Amino acid sequence: MQSTPAAALDQPVISLRGATASLGSRPVLRGVDLTVRRGEVVALLGANGSGKSTAVRSVVGQVPLSSGELSLFGTDLKQFRAWSRIGYVPQRTTAASGVPATVREVVSSGRLARTRFGLLRKADRAAVERALALVDMESHADVSVNALSGGQHQRVLIARALAVEPELLIMDEPMAGVDLANQEVLANALREQVKAGSTVLLVLHELGPLEPLISRAVVLRDGCVVHDGPPPKAVGQHALPGHDHVHPHAAHDAEPLRTGLLS
Amino acid sequence: MDLLNYAFMQRALIAAALVGITAPAIGTYLVQRRQAVMGDGLGHVAMTGVALGFLLNTSPVWMATLVAVVGAVGMELIRSRGRTSGDVALAMLFYGGLAGGVMIINLAPNGSTTNLVSAMFGSITTVAPEDVTAMLILAAFVIAVTIGLRRQLFAVCQDEEFAKVTGLPVRALNLLLAVTAAVTVTVAMRIVGLLLVSAMMVIPVAAAQRVTRGFAATLGLAIAISLAVSLGGTAATYYVDVPSGATIVLIAIGVFLATTALSAPLARRRANAARAAEEVCTRDDVKVRAAS
Repeated sequence: MQSTPAAALDQPVISLRGATASLGSRPVLRGVDLTVRRGEVVALLGANGSGKSTAVRSVVGQVPLSSGELSLFGTDLKQFRAWSRIGYVPQRTTAASGVPATVREVVSSGRLARTRFGLLRKADRAAVERALALVDMESHADVSVNALSGGQHQRVLIARALAVEPELLIMDEPMAGVDLANQEVLANALREQVKAGSTVLLVLHELGPLEPLISRAVVLRDGCVVHDGPPPKAVGQHALPGHDHVHPHAAHDAEPLRTGLLS
Repeated sequence: MDLLNYAFMQRALIAAALVGITAPAIGTYLVQRRQAVMGDGLGHVAMTGVALGFLLNTSPVWMATLVAVVGAVGMELIRSRGRTSGDVALAMLFYGGLAGGVMIINLAPNGSTTNLVSAMFGSITTVAPEDVTAMLILAAFVIAVTIGLRRQLFAVCQDEEFAKVTGLPVRALNLLLAVTAAVTVTVAMRIVGLLLVSAMMVIPVAAAQRVTRGFAATLGLAIAISLAVSLGGTAATYYVDVPSGATIVLIAIGVFLATTALSAPLARRRANAARAAEEVCTRDDVKVRAAS
């Protein structure tokens, strides 16, 4: 399971073809193609409501596709069982749960995909400690997650995804609400993963400190891919293709103005 | 300890110990996912089972278990669908269960609503020898699930979407959790009563988490508190003629108030210790302290 046959190396890690999905009666993805190959770091960009979160959640099987095809590591999603190859960082939930939990307990829960009957062996504990070290949270291992700042909380969620030692990291807005100091820590952790050969798909609002790591950017707009190629190089997020910003000069566009809130 | 000389008292204390362990064991998970009210609902639903047992002349404990399990599965299905009308559906289930119990007991030849009162509020004299066997079996199941599967259940209650992507059988674990909560309700029925059972699932957990930082520690301390409280409360009813359920719940609330009073100085001492352990303040540290 760990070793991959040479033939499989060319296979896309994620292959999404003609994906459509709706939330309620609202179509959110309207025919999205997304291919991520081994070793790539792909950023999914777009305005609020453009479908980028729905796209990653459908990749991990949490939003059912109404049509289209999805395969992970060359296996159709319906047959896919090797979840331990994937580390997932969901969009940050608003609050901690009703019972306190330590940082180590939360990170350990990320290791469950690799354990049998939930028993943590020595190797599992070591992996948890490594994940904590990667996001620089070892000294906070026994602190309650309720006592953490937003940025530290995000680091814990990323450590939880790293604890399984995944080949593919999927992150939904890992930088949302994270201050610059914490963004740097996260960028460093991600750099280590990429150096070790991980494949990454992440939803971002702006490239920020991650910019040098990104190998490709896919921009969504109203549930369609409007850009798939090198990350936008220009200064600031104004230069992003598909960046929706309510400016007077946007009226040059033939299309109606979309703020992303209602469309 | 002359109270141990009486067989009914021995049975009551065994039953109290089983309640003491199982109620907070499942309650910790319910509180974690903010579903504390579930035990209360299951208690109402189990009332129909008690009345059915009376009507059909079978063991009320097993009948209550059966009906509560069916109710629990129904509640979990409503919850997992995530319908906006979910709480209305739950209310139907709760009060339907209670009304059903009252209706059925009055249909029974010699039955009247008073037959339900001991099931509602608990009474140490009602623990029959065959109940002890049933409770031991049911409690063994609850402990096996809540302790044996604690990592999986923790993950599911902490972050359901993440648990799914981890490949855990989330739907099965949710159903198991609901069924285990139903079983716990009937374990607690005799001593604490169906209307007060939820208190023992929630209050010891609330008391424990005032002074703990981790999940395992909360689970352990909640069980310890609850075990002491339910044994103490049951023993007290031997000396003073008061109902066991109410006594146990009131003592538990007392413990909760005590740990709440204790938690403020404890938190201050921890903060001081943490400050002393660090030489230089970083930007992160300032943020943590400001938040707490």
